[in-house]
Amino acid sequence: MPKLLQDTATVFCREITPELRSPVGMVFAMGQPVLFLVLFGSMLVGTDADLGTGTGTADVWQWFVPGILVMMCLMGPLGAGHTMLSELNGGQVERFLVTPISRTSLILGRTGKDTVTLFAQAILITAIAVPLGMRFHLPGALATMVLLVVMAVGLSALSYVLAIISRPSGNLFWIVTQVLIFPVMLLSGILLPVDAGPGWLSAVATTNPVTYIVDAARALFVGDFLDPAVFHGLVAATAIAVLGLILATRAMRRGV
Amino acid sequence: MIRAEGLRRTFTAGKETIEAVRDVSFEVAAGELLALLGPNGAGKSTTMRMLTTLLPPTAGSAHIAGFDVAREPGLVREVIGYVGQRNAAGENHRIRDELAIQGRCYGLRLREARRRADEVLELLGIGELAGRLPGTLSGGQRRRVDIALGLVHGPRVLFLDEPSAGLDPHSRAGLWEQLQRLRREQGLTILLTTHYLDEADQMAERIVIVDQGRVIANGTADVLKADLAGDRLYVTTSDTDGARAAAALARRMAGIVEVTTEDRTVGLRCADADAVLPAYLRLLHHASVTVTRAGLRRPSLDDVFINLTGRRLEQPGDPSGNSIEEPTHA
Ligand SMILES: Nc1ncnc2c1ncn2[C@@H]1O[C@H](COP(=O)(O)OP(=O)(O)OP(=O)(O)O)[C@@H](O)[C@H]1O
Ligand SMILES: [Mg+2]
Repeated sequence: MPKLLQDTATVFCREITPELRSPVGMVFAMGQPVLFLVLFGSMLVGTDADLGTGTGTADVWQWFVPGILVMMCLMGPLGAGHTMLSELNGGQVERFLVTPISRTSLILGRTGKDTVTLFAQAILITAIAVPLGMRFHLPGALATMVLLVVMAVGLSALSYVLAIISRPSGNLFWIVTQVLIFPVMLLSGILLPVDAGPGWLSAVATTNPVTYIVDAARALFVGDFLDPAVFHGLVAATAIAVLGLILATRAMRRGV
Repeated sequence: MIRAEGLRRTFTAGKETIEAVRDVSFEVAAGELLALLGPNGAGKSTTMRMLTTLLPPTAGSAHIAGFDVAREPGLVREVIGYVGQRNAAGENHRIRDELAIQGRCYGLRLREARRRADEVLELLGIGELAGRLPGTLSGGQRRRVDIALGLVHGPRVLFLDEPSAGLDPHSRAGLWEQLQRLRREQGLTILLTTHYLDEADQMAERIVIVDQGRVIANGTADVLKADLAGDRLYVTTSDTDGARAAAALARRMAGIVEVTTEDRTVGLRCADADAVLPAYLRLLHHASVTVTRAGLRRPSLDDVFINLTGRRLEQPGDPSGNSIEEPTHA
């Protein structure tokens, strides 16, 4: 076990070093979520929409920001999967597989780095939202982060699985990321409440695990720890994490 | 140190089954340098990937330093270094960082890993590139980084897949100097592939030629050339009648494997041209055949391959082509 930890630390160090050397890259990677936050969020507030959360601008922000954080966790790992794909097609992953380093650590270290990056980005997003008028609940925000971290671990691992099985062309990776990501996002109520749509849409949304995570994040963000949605969201996030890690470490162990 | 027995590996691409390696067996003794030669697609890289635990063999077995590649991959990985055909340094990572991480993968402490990183960079003459990203390096510089990555942990057995591809003659010579030094000082065992026949000829103690997934020759360069190619000897006479007479005389001599005539030139293939040439000239003199030119050419590994398969290994105009003068082929 200490070897696994040490190897994971080694892989984590390798992956995090470029980010630390030029942290600007991490900020640029947040471009899309920030755009949605500032532009879409401001419009949403302007419409005075009833989002089923009561009324008031502050409430709209508290409703919208957790969704944007989830959105970031959906998109962030894709970049990591893309890097993995190019390292699989180049000789880099092969180079690590020839060393005695634990195969599992190759996934855990990378996933760890993705999660830390997302955590830092989530803090930045929250920090941007406060001056826009969001009411900030510290314990709630921290609890939301924990939930998001669990989901991020799973999504990052899943994007590695996808990269591994879509070698060498990478077609599968592109198809899934281009075709799947927007429906998953729209159908989880990140941008607008799913309830606003017709019944069939809500029905479809209930099959989307991300929906539960978004609902849980919203409940946690305002400090509503006992909301049953929190439990459902945690279950969904944990399921994604466990599934992702099992599939990814298995794919990596089988050799690439 | 390396033992491959009946290695075989097939790939499936769609419905098609590709037999990349059909039957490869050879041994490499401790401290030996063996070159694996063969045309593109012969199965050299696939063989290497099986020996380095990257690919499980479809059949057959392999041992490195006594450890079974399939059953004890962890132990094999501890003792080997591998430089693959593709680039190994990550695009977003500085060279020195990558080398230190590589050392950490083999369990070196951080300080030790950093020290080794600087050491191998100096060894390969790329110390000044340590802080750069791979994307800013030339092809040959990148190749040297790859080699540095394979050396950082001080392996006992080194696998090099086309290490000299893309290096200029000066860097190639430098690389060989380093490799020979590592062998002298640390008794490193090396298995490498190359398309530069001259370097295999000069540097490798033994050569294994593979073609279509099978070993077709195995021996020292000298033995392969003597057994499978032979020296070539050329004599040009003053007229075609002389050439005909010269050819007839050659056929009667002992030890001549092959006689060919083209216009006024007679070509012989034999084992020891140094001894045959004076004797042959004396014979021609007594028969009053006027010789205007005479010469001999040592066989190249390319000749060995042509003799085995009827195809050339080297492309005409290949920069690695043997520099020895090339008389018209008979
Ligand atoms: N992953 C793979 N899937 C399908 N076929 C493969 C795979 N890897 C190699 N092959 C096939 O196996 C054969 C041997 O390939 P290999 O890379 O071992 O050749 P090589 O001798 O190293 O050639 P080169 O000199 O070009 O490097 C080739 O026909 C190649 O197309
Ligand atoms: Mg090859």
